[in-house]
Formats: sequence, structure tokens, C-alpha cells
Amino acid sequence: MSKLLEVDKLSISFSQYVKGLEQRELKVISDLTMDVNDHEILAVLGSSGSGKSLLAHAILGILPLNAKVSGSMKYKGEELTEELKEELRGKKISFIPQSVNNLNPLMKVKEQAIGYIEDESEKEKIQKKQREIFKQYDLSEEVDEMYPFQLSGGMARKVLISTALLNDPEIIIADEPTPGLDEKSVEETINNLVELKENGIGMILITHDIYTAINTSDRIAILYLGYVIEITETKNFSGHGENLLHPYTRSLYQALPENDFKLTEGHQPSYLNIPKGCPYHENCPNKTDKCDNILPELKTIGNTIVRCFNPLDGGD
Amino acid sequence: MNNKTKKFIRNKAIHFIVLMFAVAIFSFILLELSPIDPVNAYLKQAVVSPEQRLILEQYWGVNQPLTTKVWGWLSNLLQGNLGNSLIYRVPVVDVIVERFKASFVLMIISWIISGFIGFGLGIVAGKNKGGWIDKIIKLYCYILQSAPSFWIGLVILIIFSVELGWFPIGLGVPIGTVSTDATIWQWIARLVLPTLTLSLVGVAPIAMYTRNELVNVLSSEYILFARARGESGWPLIERQALRNVLLPALTLQFQNFSELFGGAVLVEQVFSYPGIGQTAVAAGLQSDVPLLLGIVLISAVFVFVGNLMADILYYFVDPRIRENENLDRN
Repeated sequence: MSKLLEVDKLSISFSQYVKGLEQRELKVISDLTMDVNDHEILAVLGSSGSGKSLLAHAILGILPLNAKVSGSMKYKGEELTEELKEELRGKKISFIPQSVNNLNPLMKVKEQAIGYIEDESEKEKIQKKQREIFKQYDLSEEVDEMYPFQLSGGMARKVLISTALLNDPEIIIADEPTPGLDEKSVEETINNLVELKENGIGMILITHDIYTAINTSDRIAILYLGYVIEITETKNFSGHGENLLHPYTRSLYQALPENDFKLTEGHQPSYLNIPKGCPYHENCPNKTDKCDNILPELKTIGNTIVRCFNPLDGGD
Repeated sequence: MNNKTKKFIRNKAIHFIVLMFAVAIFSFILLELSPIDPVNAYLKQAVVSPEQRLILEQYWGVNQPLTTKVWGWLSNLLQGNLGNSLIYRVPVVDVIVERFKASFVLMIISWIISGFIGFGLGIVAGKNKGGWIDKIIKLYCYILQSAPSFWIGLVILIIFSVELGWFPIGLGVPIGTVSTDATIWQWIARLVLPTLTLSLVGVAPIAMYTRNELVNVLSSEYILFARARGESGWPLIERQALRNVLLPALTLQFQNFSELFGGAVLVEQVFSYPGIGQTAVAAGLQSDVPLLLGIVLISAVFVFVGNLMADILYYFVDPRIRENENLDRN
């Protein structure tokens, strides 16, 4: 196992005009630190609409021009600069997007999968490979010539996964690969992702679906208001969640129907008013005065990284 | 021919017939309600006795009820008889055919030029959204869009004919030459400036539309995905965006046939170009009712054809819609 990708204190924000010339800083991702190894799936779990996708775009270097980014990233220990991102994206770092909307409606599936290749012999080679990969995923030759609107949800998902595999990637970033699929397709997709991992790929799985996260990943990073609040091994999502250290993570887990179905009062504040201090202090049962004013740094406890002054322990 | 094509042709044919009937009847009634008196238009201020006038009124059917008049007009129209022009004293059909040919050359060349240039400018502007080149193109389009076409025609006339003296000031052929004697070069020299004016005016809508369409496409999820897979720069636009922008732009350009016709009326007037537009103005000013009605009908046909082409493109070129047709067949 070696570290493929490290993200260190990544923040992404946008400035918005509110009234007239009054500007406002909208922080979408704050101080995000995480890493992913080969043969590993790291799930990034956060509520929907929280800009998790922007993390993927930041790693690939395709953020909108008005995004402000700080922090650093490393690919195999090497600083991940814009130039390096450009070189790697679509090759060593692949992206599996959310939906069929990510395919050009007026282009045949095959054309999109192989991408832009100038060299004719190179193109032929890739075309052959594309057919092979499509075949692996039960996509018949007819599918090559189809337009995206002719694909079913499950087929589109397979096409998107196949396109990601064409250039033998080392890292795959999958953005919400399961929502909107029927149960069978979800299961298939999960199996496909796990299989990729077993072949050595390091994967960042961005999702809001806690089941998908638990069923696929080795570690889970939990986002709250754009902050990583805990990165923990997936096996800790078991029992009554005794090994989950952050109060939010634990209450999230305990709220699941098959666990304790325990509801915690309160709701996540808006991104426009991220509270001072710990982002979770407004809803936290264990908060102290310190939590109101000071943002806790990430600290390591055993194999878990947690952002909390008073992490829970096994008992509780 | 499959069902969809048959249905398309049938619907369009019905649409066309209804449209032409409506245009024929309403334009006739409108002219009937206007203070135009065909007898005066015919006499052109010649002095006649009241008895002679009465005979003329009877000949023109001035005092017949409206329904009889409309019926007479429609039945003649169905036989292909549009009457005689009061200005030119020849059958309306002959006037229209001759003038429309001249206009058609003018309009079709301007249409092609403005389409190409407009699309090109739109792509360049959209690709460089927010940059200086985008701002210049946008400014150019706003100016052209807000300036009346006859005014642009006058400016061009002043610059190229009056100041620089490169082109003749107007008319289809040199003064004193019969049109059949004019050389092709004399004819082309007089075509350049009106074509230039119409093209310049026509560039603005298509360029702005193409620009916005490209900006939308470039912010779409599939372009983001294409970028995520390493595509970038001009190949990205050529492969992923051009087709998606071209189809709606071409559709719009066909729908602009009506603007083209309207523009031609003014521009031909400015350049004294002997086309259908100038003839329309003359017919209106000199109360040439049969000619005016004829021109209204031919312009309706022209605009209908433009929209028809747009529909054909829309229904048969887009693979998403073509597919439904295959489903129908199976």
C-alpha cells in the first residue's frame, strides 16, 4: 500500500455578489485533509448539495474560473500543480460522473468513450480496447453506435465506468455513482467498484448515500458544512457505533433504522452562516465553551482522524 | 417514405393552404378598408367626366358588397390570375417573377454570408467569453442590432459610393441601359453594397445566438466530463460543442427569412435596387392594389419556406428526433 493522493488543507470558496456591489464569500469546502492509497476505496460522505463534487473538480483541475482554492495536493508524493493535473486527468486520474447528462447528447457513445485522439493507429488501438472493456460490462456492439438518450440508466452507468477505465487509471474519482438506479443496478455498480479496487486502483467515492459508502469503502471521510469532521475505518460503522468518535458521525449512524433509529434534534446550518468555532457545536450534546469560539484541529486517535475537542470514547 | 414523413408533409400542406387563404383574405380586406380608391389610382389625377368615372367604377366593381369582392379575388387567385399592375401595366405575376429574381440573389447571398460570419463570430466570442474579443463582438452586434438597416445602408452608401467612389450609387443597371444589355459586371457591381448591408445586419442575431448557445453548451455537464477526461482547447469545442450549436443556429437562420425580407425592402429602397422590396414600396405609395397583394402573397410563401426548412432540419437532422421515427417504423 502506498499513498497515491494526498489532500492537505484544501479550501474552495466562491465570491458572490449579494446586494449591488456587496460581496460575500461562500465557503464550500474548508480545510479538507485526506488521502487515498492503492487497493483502497475512500468514501467521502456528506449531505446532498454540499459541493462534494467540487472536491472532485479540484483534484482534476476543472473548477470554474471564479473558484478560489487554497491548500495543497500531492500525487505519489509529487506536488499536484495545474500542469500536472492537466497531464494526469483522463489518464492516471479518471472521473466517473453522476449521470447520463454527462454524455454529449449528439455524439455516439463510442466516440465519447475513446475521446480525442489525433493519431490514427493509436485510435484504432484504443477502439479495440474500448470494445473489450464494453464487453466486460455486457455492453453489446450495438451500444457503440447508440446515442446517450437510447441508453437505460444502468447501461449509461456502465458506459461511464467503462470510459473511466480506458486509459488504465491509478486513481478513480466516482461522483455519486448510485442514486437513481434500481436495486439490482446499485448492487452491480457496487460490485464493479469493489472489483476495480481489488485490481489495485485507489478510489475516491463521493456520495451522500451512507449504505453505498458502508458497502464499498475501506475508510469513510465524513463532511459537515464542508469540514472533514472524521475519517474512520468503515468497519467502525457497526454495532452501536462505539468506535465512531465524532458526535455527529455517531448520531448519523445511530439514526439509521436498522440501528437505533435514534433522532438527534436540530439541523445542519446553512453554508451562508457557517458558525464560528466547531461547525457542529450548535447541535452537539457534548459541547463546551471552547467549541463555540475555536475551530478544533484534526487529530489522530488510533486509526481515526477526528475534528473534535471532546471525542466520544468506546462506551457512551 | 415512412409514416412520420407522410404525416409531416400532410400537416405542412394543410398549414400552408390555411395560411395562404388567411393571408389572401385578410390582406384584401385590410386594403379594402384603407382609403385607397382604385379608380383614382388608375386615373392618376387625369381629369374625367362624372359619367366616365361611373363607368370606371362599375368596371372595377367599387360598389359591390365586400363578400362579392373577396369571392371574386379568391376565385381569380385560384386560377392563377393576380390581375394587372396599375403602375407597370403588365400582369402582376410577370412583375413579381422579374423583381423577385433580383431580390432572391441579393437575399440568398446575404443569407449565406451573414450565416457563416455570424456563426464564426459567435463561436469565437463564446469560446473567449468575457475576454476583449468577446466584448468587441458583442458591442458590434449590439450596435448593428439597434441601428435601423436603412441607416446602415446610407452609411455604407456614403462611405463606399460617395466618398471612396468604388461602387455605383444605385440602380440595377447603369442609367440609359436596358437591363438585358447590362453586362454581368455592371450588375454585380450594383449588387455588392446592398448585399454587404444586408449581410452586416444579418450577422448580429445569429452571432449573439451562437455565442449564447456555445456558452450554455460549454457550461454543460458533458463538457465538464470531456474536460475531466483530458480534452481541451479547440479540439474540445470542435468535437463536443460545434454540432450541438450548429443545429439550433441553422434553424434560427432559416427562421430569419422574414427579417431578411423586411431588411431587403428597406435596403433596396436605399440603393434603388430593382427588387421585390423596392417594388413593394412603389406599389404601396402609388396605390397599386393588385401588385401589393401579389407581393404580400409571395412574401408569405417566402417566409413559410424559411420556417419549413427550419422544421425539416429540426425534425430530420437531430438524432434524438430521428430515433423516434425509427421507433414508429418498427
